[in-house]
Amino acid sequence: MTVRVQEKDFDVGAELEHLTKGKKRIGGLAVFVGLVREMHVREGYHRDRVDALTLEHYPGMTEKALEEIEAEAQRRWPIEASLIVHRFGRMEAGDRIVLVAVGSPHREAAFEACEFLVDWLKTKAPFWKLEETPAGDKWVGAHEGDDEAAARWEKK
Amino acid sequence: MKVKYFAWMKRTVGVAEEDVSPPASVTTVGELVAWLRGRSAGHAEALAAGAAFGAAVDKRTATMDVKLTGASEVAFFPPFTGG
Repeated sequence: MTVRVQEKDFDVGAELEHLTKGKKRIGGLAVFVGLVREMHVREGYHRDRVDALTLEHYPGMTEKALEEIEAEAQRRWPIEASLIVHRFGRMEAGDRIVLVAVGSPHREAAFEACEFLVDWLKTKAPFWKLEETPAGDKWVGAHEGDDEAAARWEKK
Repeated sequence: MKVKYFAWMKRTVGVAEEDVSPPASVTTVGELVAWLRGRSAGHAEALAAGAAFGAAVDKRTATMDVKLTGASEVAFFPPFTGG
C-alpha cells in the first residue's frame, strides 16, 4: 500500500513489477494511467491549443489525503496491493500525470477499487491544474462530472 | 498561526503564506475568513462570500464551522482539479 507524490516521471512497467512481486494472492491487477490531454480553449473567435500545464499541490496534505483514500478502498474491497503515484510540476501533452494500480484476488474488486481511487483522488486530493494558453496562464475550474463520479461512491 | 493560499487564491491575495495573530474572538474557520477579509483588498476578493473555495486545518479538509483550537496551519484553496 503505497502513495507517492513526485515531480519526475514514472515507469509503469517497473512500478507494476515491483508492486506485485511475491504477492501470489493477486489474481487481477487493474491499472489506470492519467495523461496530459491536448486540449483546446476558446479565446474570442479563436480556438487555441493548450500544450502544457503545471500541477500545483499542497505538500503534506496531498500525501495524507491520498493515504486516507487508499485506506478507504482497503476497507471496502479485498486488496492485496495498491499504488498511487501522482506527479506535480510542469507537464506537456502526452506526459503521464498519475498511476493508480490495485491488485486483488479477483478482477471485480480490482476494477472497482481502481475506479474508486481515481474518482476520489480527483475531488479529494489537493491538486490544481494551471494551463498554459496563448492568452496566458489559466487555472482550470472544477469539473461537475468529477463531483458526480465521486458521489456515486458515497455510502448511503 | 500560519495561513496558506493555493492556486489562484495565492495570486489574488498576493502571498503564498503569512503568519497571522487573530483576536481571541476568532474561534472557527468561518470567523477566520471574515477576519482575514479585512487585511487587504486581495484578501477580501479571494475570500469573498460566495467565492468557491475550501479550507484545511492542519492539512485536513475542514468546513467553515471547524474550531481552530490548537491549530497551527490553516489553508485556503479552490476546488481540486488533479488526476
